[in-house]
Amino acid sequence: MVSAANVAQDSVPIFRIASDFVHSMKPPSTISGFGSSPTTVVEWSDVHKTYRMGDEKVHALNGVDWTIRQGEYWAVMGPSGSGKSTLLNLLGCLDRPSRGRCRMFGHELRELSDDQLSELRLRRLGFIFQSFNLIPQLTVCENIELPLFYMGETARAAGERARALAVEVGLADRLQHRPTELSGGQQQRVAVARALAADPWLLLADEPTGNLDTATSAQIMELLDGLHAQGRTVVLVTHEDQIASHAKSALHMLDGRIDKLIV
Amino acid sequence: MIEWRENRTWRNIRVGLKSLMLHKLRSFLTVLGVVFGVSSVIAMLSVGEGAGAQAMEQIRQLGAQNIIIDSIKPIDEERSGSTAGRLIDYGIRYEDVQRIVETFETVHRLVPVKTLRQDGRLRTREMELRLVGTTHEWFDLVQRPVLAGRVLSAEDNRRAANPVVLTEHGARRLLAGAHTIGEILRIGGHHYEVIGIIQSADEEADGRTPDARVDAYIPIETARHRYGDISVRIQAGSREIERVELHQLIIQLDRIEDVEPTAAGLEAMFAQRPSSQTDYRIRVPLALLRQAEATQRTFNIVLGSIAGISLLVGGIGIMNIMLASVTERTREIGIRRAIGARRRQIIAQFLVETAALSTLGGIIGLAFGFATPLLITFFTGMPTIITVWSLVLALGISMGIGILFGIYPAMRAAQLDPITALRHE
Repeated sequence: MVSAANVAQDSVPIFRIASDFVHSMKPPSTISGFGSSPTTVVEWSDVHKTYRMGDEKVHALNGVDWTIRQGEYWAVMGPSGSGKSTLLNLLGCLDRPSRGRCRMFGHELRELSDDQLSELRLRRLGFIFQSFNLIPQLTVCENIELPLFYMGETARAAGERARALAVEVGLADRLQHRPTELSGGQQQRVAVARALAADPWLLLADEPTGNLDTATSAQIMELLDGLHAQGRTVVLVTHEDQIASHAKSALHMLDGRIDKLIV
Repeated sequence: MIEWRENRTWRNIRVGLKSLMLHKLRSFLTVLGVVFGVSSVIAMLSVGEGAGAQAMEQIRQLGAQNIIIDSIKPIDEERSGSTAGRLIDYGIRYEDVQRIVETFETVHRLVPVKTLRQDGRLRTREMELRLVGTTHEWFDLVQRPVLAGRVLSAEDNRRAANPVVLTEHGARRLLAGAHTIGEILRIGGHHYEVIGIIQSADEEADGRTPDARVDAYIPIETARHRYGDISVRIQAGSREIERVELHQLIIQLDRIEDVEPTAAGLEAMFAQRPSSQTDYRIRVPLALLRQAEATQRTFNIVLGSIAGISLLVGGIGIMNIMLASVTERTREIGIRRAIGARRRQIIAQFLVETAALSTLGGIIGLAFGFATPLLITFFTGMPTIITVWSLVLALGISMGIGILFGIYPAMRAAQLDPITALRHE
């Protein structure tokens, strides 16, 4: 396996392509202010999220203040029902808060339309899921290309980028395979490559090792650590202390509030 | 810009086809619904068109530019028992012809017809012949190929000469052939010279065309002079004496637009005649044609809608399958949305699939639609006509239905909440 730390030096071309992407991003007609400095990626203050379950109101988030700066490595922890999933949905631009200031990449989430949320997910976020969430009908290469496809990249540019990323995660020889033909660890590496395809500002890993054995988990964590070492911002959601220990900062949720913040 | 747009469309199509190929049997059955819909629309319309065209061709042989006036024996005269021995005088007069020529400028040709039954004899063969006394213009009007010799000329009429033109039908009865040209045919005691043989009307158009069941033509002037206007028919126990000047008038007009006004004018003119009874009938083939066309349209609409319903059923089949597909692929949709696909892009993906299904079905249906009428004609002998518009209609409707019935499932897919969709197992 190619260690991610080495890749940082080896894969200069990737970053050249990546910076091209930044320039080729949609003009501010869809989202304004993309040119702003990304030093502060997430800026939340007093964020509330209330669900209505029948007649009952559920306060999933009850005043969360949180800031993530560029290059930080966070672990989000907490028991089930603590509001961890809701926090993740907001962080993933999949939902909007009920109240409070919730800025993501310089945009107030509540003010964005569905299309603009999609745009943020496409260009600013890289998702890594517990269950990999690859599309079984598509090959490894096509799975990695998927975000580029939605960005409107040409097939050639997308293919080159996908190949480079596959090399980076150590799957260069598996490009034409189906996800079902791969092991769990390999599938998760495809997911990492897909998350990196659009060169996002924030990598969001939701229990990335939850479905993997210890040895494979260690490899995936090594890969994530390497990405952090390259300067990427990573948020890791987990319930395992051992996994959380890879992160530099930690946030513990309890009953919709921040229980403990270790910076 | 254009390069990646095309590229994206192409990839959309490829992704759509790929997921269709994953469920080959299911896609095939869905397509089958459209195939039957499209082919039945085309086949039904071709049968309707074929049946209609046959009827209309028969009417067209009467000539759309013509108006035909027949002499009719008044009904009352026929009923009263006292006709025996009495002279019945009715029908179109020579003076009517004169008046028509003077009144209507729209008339291009006016062909008088006098029908007679006379005993004929060629060599040793004797039989009663149905004769038509007319002018040379008849042959311009009812154009039939000349099989041998020549037809009547204007000169023949002026001289009231004695030429006779046999029809194919008459020639067969008299056992005449090309060798008969120049021979003498005796008709009612007078000598005629056979100058030509022309083809008869189709047997199938029986009674429709003016020249059906005619044995021979002679100049009308000759007929008047030789046989007069009075005919005597002796039936068992009774004698019928009729006086009819002309049995039929065929009026050809210059332009088709003049047909209906002229017909109306003729109606008015004949209504003012001194005759106490209605002894004429005005036939307008154009009106018949219009009527037949209207019938044909109704027929087509009925057949077409029956077939259209099967197309609709095909469309509902597509919708059903696509809805199942959306449910089945909820998680995939969630993944795509989480990665950053917009609603529009999800809609496009599903629409491409339905469009592919219905287009494929439409094209296969087109092939079946071509083959079915051929088989119908081959096995039943029914005429069928495949028109271009029925092809366009069937294909257009099938694609339209595909898209229409694809929109709802696609919208449902796009409206899925990505969070819920991602959690879907």
